[in-house]
Parts: sequence; C-alpha cells; structure tokens
Amino acid sequence: MGKIKGAIIVDTERCKGCGLCAVACPLHVLELTKREVNKKGYSFARQIMEDTCNGCASCAVICPDACITVYKKKEE
Amino acid sequence: MTTNDIIKPENLVYRKPTLLNDTPMHYCPGCSHGVAHKLIAEIIEEMGMEEKTIAISPVGCAVFAYNYIDVDWIEAAHGRAPAVASAVKRLWPDRLVFTYQGDGDLACIGTGETIHALNRGEHIAIIFINNAIYGMTGGQMAPTTLMGMKTSTCPYGREADLHGYPLHITDIAATLEGTTYVTRQAVHTVAAIRKTKKAIRQAFENSLNGQGASLVEVVSTCNAGWKMSPEQANKWMEEHMFKYYPLGDLKNLL
Repeated sequence: MGKIKGAIIVDTERCKGCGLCAVACPLHVLELTKREVNKKGYSFARQIMEDTCNGCASCAVICPDACITVYKKKEE
Repeated sequence: MTTNDIIKPENLVYRKPTLLNDTPMHYCPGCSHGVAHKLIAEIIEEMGMEEKTIAISPVGCAVFAYNYIDVDWIEAAHGRAPAVASAVKRLWPDRLVFTYQGDGDLACIGTGETIHALNRGEHIAIIFINNAIYGMTGGQMAPTTLMGMKTSTCPYGREADLHGYPLHITDIAATLEGTTYVTRQAVHTVAAIRKTKKAIRQAFENSLNGQGASLVEVVSTCNAGWKMSPEQANKWMEEHMFKYYPLGDLKNLL
C-alpha cells in the first residue's frame, strides 16, 4: 500500500503566529519562526520537516486566520 | 515524490473557504472568533446559501464580522441582534437568518432580546461566543466571568458578595418552550471544531426550515483578555471554563 504524503502552504503574510497549528499537528511538522517576521511583525508558522506531513489537515482546521492550505497524495 | 508533486489542485484537501475574504482579521492571534468565522463560511458554502443568508453582527469584538464573511449583514445596536433577526426572518421566511454575538452582547445588555426572541420561537439561529470577559473594551468582568477569575474590573477575582454569580444563559434558553436546539460546544481542538461545525449546521438548517429558535454556545478563549498565550488559554479553558460550562447538547427536539 502506498504511503500518503502531504504538503502545506502557509499564507505567511496573513499568519499572526499564534502557534496553535504547531500544537495541533500530531507529527510536529510545523514550527514558528524564531527570528524571521512578516510585514506585520509576527513570527509565522512553517513546515520544518518536508517528508513527515501526512496531510491530515489538523493545522488548517485549527488555524483561526485560515492561513493554511493542505494537499495530500498517495505515493505510488 | 517532491513537495511540488503534491501541491497540485487535484490533491487539495483543505483551503480557506471562498466566502471568507482576504481582509486580514483584526482579532488577536489565536482568537476563537477566527475559527467560528471559518466554520460559518464553510457551512454557508456547503449549504449553497451564499446569496440567501442574512447575518446580524453584534457590538463587541465581532462587530466587524461583516468585513470578513461575504454574505449580507446588518449591524444591530448593542444586544439587539435577536430582535433585528426576528424582524428579518418574519419578512424573509425563505432566508437563512442568524446572529453572531459575544457574551457581553448576548448575556448582558441583550439578555431581554435574547430570551424573548428564543421564547417566541423565532426561526433564527444564534451563535453565542462565550469567552467570559469583555474582550473588545479591555478585559472587564462580564456576566459569564467565572468565580475567582481576575479581570480588569475585578482585579482580586470575582466574588459572590460583590459581583454575583456567573450567568448560565444557555441553560436558561434550554428551559424555554420556543427553542428547538440548544447546545454548548468549543473550538479548542480539531475534534471539538468538527462537533461545533455539525452543531452550527443543524442550527442553520433549523432556521432555514422554520423549526424554531436554535442557540449554539461556543465556549471560547480570549487569550489577550486572560493575559495568556493562545496555547495556555486553551488549557485554562479546558481546566476551568468547562467546569462551569460543560459541553454537549442541552436540548434537541429534532
């Protein structure tokens, strides 16, 4: 059976860095930036582990600002 | 397989609902209002009611809700949203009519309007965001503030002798004959968000089908008002808020 792989895109300019996505992610794929900030001055969320995401969309469901788009594909 | 192979339109699982526009929300980072807005936008989209929804926005943090969700909105005077919604629904019986109110709006200044609109069995849905504090004006004590909870107007904690007891307005609503569906939900975890979505969907369908008044309380966080991080606020809510406001359906006649 093929493994399911996921990927996310974070709208970093819309992100306010609340960090709830990082808490909700069961695989700890997301992290807030430590030094980098967006135009509003917030640190933002980003995917730190490329291969781990399985596209469960927990991060996107919990994001209060709807910044995360999730894609998922079965590996052949 | 690289990330670029996965990021293709046919693999899309979750995106921002199209009804939620690109205006950046003014809410504080981690605020529960954002999730509630997103759920409402998703549900209206799924129901195909984009052109046939009339929403009433409150006074409070959600006063600018009309800037974020692309449906028709009316801005009501403080606490008067259920009264405005009653009129709208009576004039447009085929529309989905709902109000979106906070605890200061619904449980304090608008108690009369809320209880009477629910008791009359108006075919409206009320989304009630309960964060136990006045968020917009700077974290003052609300009727729903918990015993012992510190706010800027009760800095030593809420005391029964001086401030009275927290108001369980959802429990009162469940005892009224006009209500068909009264529930209390939260949006702190993915599972809770899915349950809340179901609850709001049912409330909207009740409004649309003319099946009496529905009230969905969403127990929420106000991390800025509570002086916590969004994560701590969610934990605090689970530990303290849920004792006073336990989750679940209080009444469902359908």
